[in-house]
Amino acid sequence: MSSGFLTNALIAVSLTLVLVGAAVVVFTRPPSKQAVVLSVYGILLSIFFVTLQAPDVALSQVAIGTAVVPLIVVLSIRKIASIRDEARSEREGEQS
Amino acid sequence: MSRRARLTLLWIGLAAFGVAMAIAFTGLPGFGGTFHPYRDLAVVATFAHATANGVSSINFDQRGFDTFGEETILFCAVVGVATLLRPVHRERRREVRSGGRVLESTSLLVYILFPLTLVLAADVVTHGAITPGGGFQGGVVLSTGIHLLYVGGRYTLLRRLRPLAWFEQGEALGVVLFGALGLAGAALGSALFANFVPQGQLSDFISAGTVPLFNIAVGMTVCSSVVILLAGFLDQALAIRSDPGTQGDPPDADSKEEAAA
Repeated sequence: MSSGFLTNALIAVSLTLVLVGAAVVVFTRPPSKQAVVLSVYGILLSIFFVTLQAPDVALSQVAIGTAVVPLIVVLSIRKIASIRDEARSEREGEQS
Repeated sequence: MSRRARLTLLWIGLAAFGVAMAIAFTGLPGFGGTFHPYRDLAVVATFAHATANGVSSINFDQRGFDTFGEETILFCAVVGVATLLRPVHRERRREVRSGGRVLESTSLLVYILFPLTLVLAADVVTHGAITPGGGFQGGVVLSTGIHLLYVGGRYTLLRRLRPLAWFEQGEALGVVLFGALGLAGAALGSALFANFVPQGQLSDFISAGTVPLFNIAVGMTVCSSVVILLAGFLDQALAIRSDPGTQGDPPDADSKEEAAA
């Protein structure tokens, strides 16, 4: 039963990591930092899926949750920042 | 409704939800138990069609119609996002300078990983029926691999290497191919999405009948979808700026443009 115990220990450890990671994602306030933390959380989650013997799900998770979603978030943040910059420069242009 | 009434309603709802969840969870079989009726049926069906990857068999052979629905959802979602992200008449496209400051280690990594990722994606798609992976995973890996060029600071190269019109057609073609395979199952086999191709030997490269073909169709759709999605976001973030000259347009200018369009 030692291999069963090892598997359970592995699942417990990775589940704990996933829970801690989720908490860190939720309590990270700046969205740009949150995107990076979300990406790390995606890796933790995919490790968890591997320990639960679901490599298909882990592959999807690593590609979507770690690469695509954080990239979309970062690009959106960049777009919002550029909109704010334009609004500010326009206001300054009107004042001068 | 007053704040007090809304809070009361919230608490009633939460209490009912909690009770329902508690009943549901106490009825669940234990974690990691040996009672798996779905697995017992699915694995037998998987081996009956000589498919080594059970997940692929379930997705494309045993419940192909559900997967067709999922693929259509993805297709529609991407069409919606692409429609929202396209430049409107108050925005102009500016030239994006390539380069900027990219660490040498980053560009070295991109040069090494770019071909590796493409090969890995092809491997994941084509071996979807026999090893973990499949069309969805391989398609996403392929599209993220293409976008490594952006990480390496080569946005103009990315734009040239990624003719968007091809991917728009590839997305639609994948969905059509998927539906056609399903209809072929009805015409040549027993039912819609039936596995009508001879299945061959378990865990051979060419085995599992229609499953590899479905994997290729899904791979095309997913890869094209993610490329179109990221292209829309990249375009908005890097190239599209609001036109300062048209900010204070009189309202009739808008309606004139709309009438022209």
